[in-house]
Amino acid sequence: MELRVDRHRCAGSGLCMAQVPAVFDQSDEDGKVLLNAPAPAPELAAAVRLAAARCPSGAITLHERDTADH
Amino acid sequence: MTTSTAGAGLVHTRRERFGPAEELRRLSAGRPVTRIDVGPGTDGVPVWLVTGHAEVRQVLGDHRRFSTRRRFGPPSSAGRGEGPRPDELIGQLMDYDPPEHTRLRQILTPEFTLRRMRRIEPGITGIVTEHLDAMERTGPPAELITAFASPVPGAALCELIGVPRDDRVDFLRRCHAFLAPGRGRQRRAAAGELLSRYVAAMVARQRTDPDEGFLGMLVRDHGDEVTDKELRGVCVLLVLAGLDNISGMLGLGTLLLLGHPDQLAVVRDDPRAVDRAVEELLRHLSVPHAPTPRTALADVTVGEQLIRAGEHVLCSLPMANRDPALLADPDRFDITREPAAHVAFGHGIHHCLGAALARMELRIAYPALLRRLPGLRLAVPDDEVPFRVHALAHGVDRLPVTW
Ligand code: SF4
Repeated sequence: MELRVDRHRCAGSGLCMAQVPAVFDQSDEDGKVLLNAPAPAPELAAAVRLAAARCPSGAITLHERDTADH
Repeated sequence: MTTSTAGAGLVHTRRERFGPAEELRRLSAGRPVTRIDVGPGTDGVPVWLVTGHAEVRQVLGDHRRFSTRRRFGPPSSAGRGEGPRPDELIGQLMDYDPPEHTRLRQILTPEFTLRRMRRIEPGITGIVTEHLDAMERTGPPAELITAFASPVPGAALCELIGVPRDDRVDFLRRCHAFLAPGRGRQRRAAAGELLSRYVAAMVARQRTDPDEGFLGMLVRDHGDEVTDKELRGVCVLLVLAGLDNISGMLGLGTLLLLGHPDQLAVVRDDPRAVDRAVEELLRHLSVPHAPTPRTALADVTVGEQLIRAGEHVLCSLPMANRDPALLADPDRFDITREPAAHVAFGHGIHHCLGAALARMELRIAYPALLRRLPGLRLAVPDDEVPFRVHALAHGVDRLPVTW
């Protein structure tokens, strides 16, 4: 799974970081999302999917590259 | 199908206890977008009510084609999307479209990060403790809204903005006069003016002698990027967003939990369950009826309905949050659910700036209340609890309790 964030879209809710701090961070400078792990470990996939679904601005997108981590 | 809006507010503000009113459900049965009749207020321009979850996210997520600038309301009202913004809306983010919105929001967002909110967490805990102490000293019984649900967010707001201790009672009195529903336009405008004057004085003080509060930080870090009027508007926006919504959540949420003793016990006893419980309370109660109305800037199809440029759109948050397409059995209150992608804080670029603060207040306040007063129960029969009728956020007017 490969992860992308669109910092222009990000509304700065901090929700993603609250849910999966290993993967997402929030910049102190502009309040927007920062990515710690663009290719998160498979065991985080479910949590990351949930975070992407809940992102209030649709700023997080997932790109599944193979079926292994589905 | 059109519906008359005689009675309490527009149809999308109608509730029955915790959920949307039957009338609203019927109106939108199987149709995510419905035309509603709002009377003479909008100069004959069609108004659409969007109730589907995906459709609400589509509208709120599309700031290019849906503007939030005030164009909705009596035809005579000033600032209908063109020309200079009326004074009372300056600084109020929900009236801004990009790129102006982007500029102002960028300045404010860092003041509301999760880390910054965690830094003020001890302050919020202190406020909650103080009010519970006072309840224990003077009760039982107590009226939970005046004793707890309303003053807690009030004190938190003062803490955030940096209102001096000695001024807080006066400041909050002005806020509540400004928010008071069911008053004539003139009296509300006068109350707004009083609040606005107070805030303007506070902004002026911070300009010359900035402290560690939110306003002080803004002035220090972005002093020359924001005007005094904008800062004043930002404070008024925080009042609009941070008082009734949270008091509504606290009062209504407590009432709901009292009716579900097993779930109440979990919120009280299991700190790990609180996050999910708060998300489910936010979803199930959806206290704000709707975000700022949108106006279409181009023809757009939403849920198979063509909405033409110039037409208005209202998004019902409680309906969207009970859309069976979002989650199974949406009318069931269940704090063990996987958190749903609810829209209680809106969606898109106008998503509530204070969401992290609101969540924190709720996460602290519910368990603290239930732990301190484990015997908490209603002091009146359940059907005598008066629900808010004319308010921007749903809630109860009074909640008499004992323990
Ligand atoms: S959840 Fe979305 S909007 Fe919120 S900080 Fe993360 S990317 Fe930004």
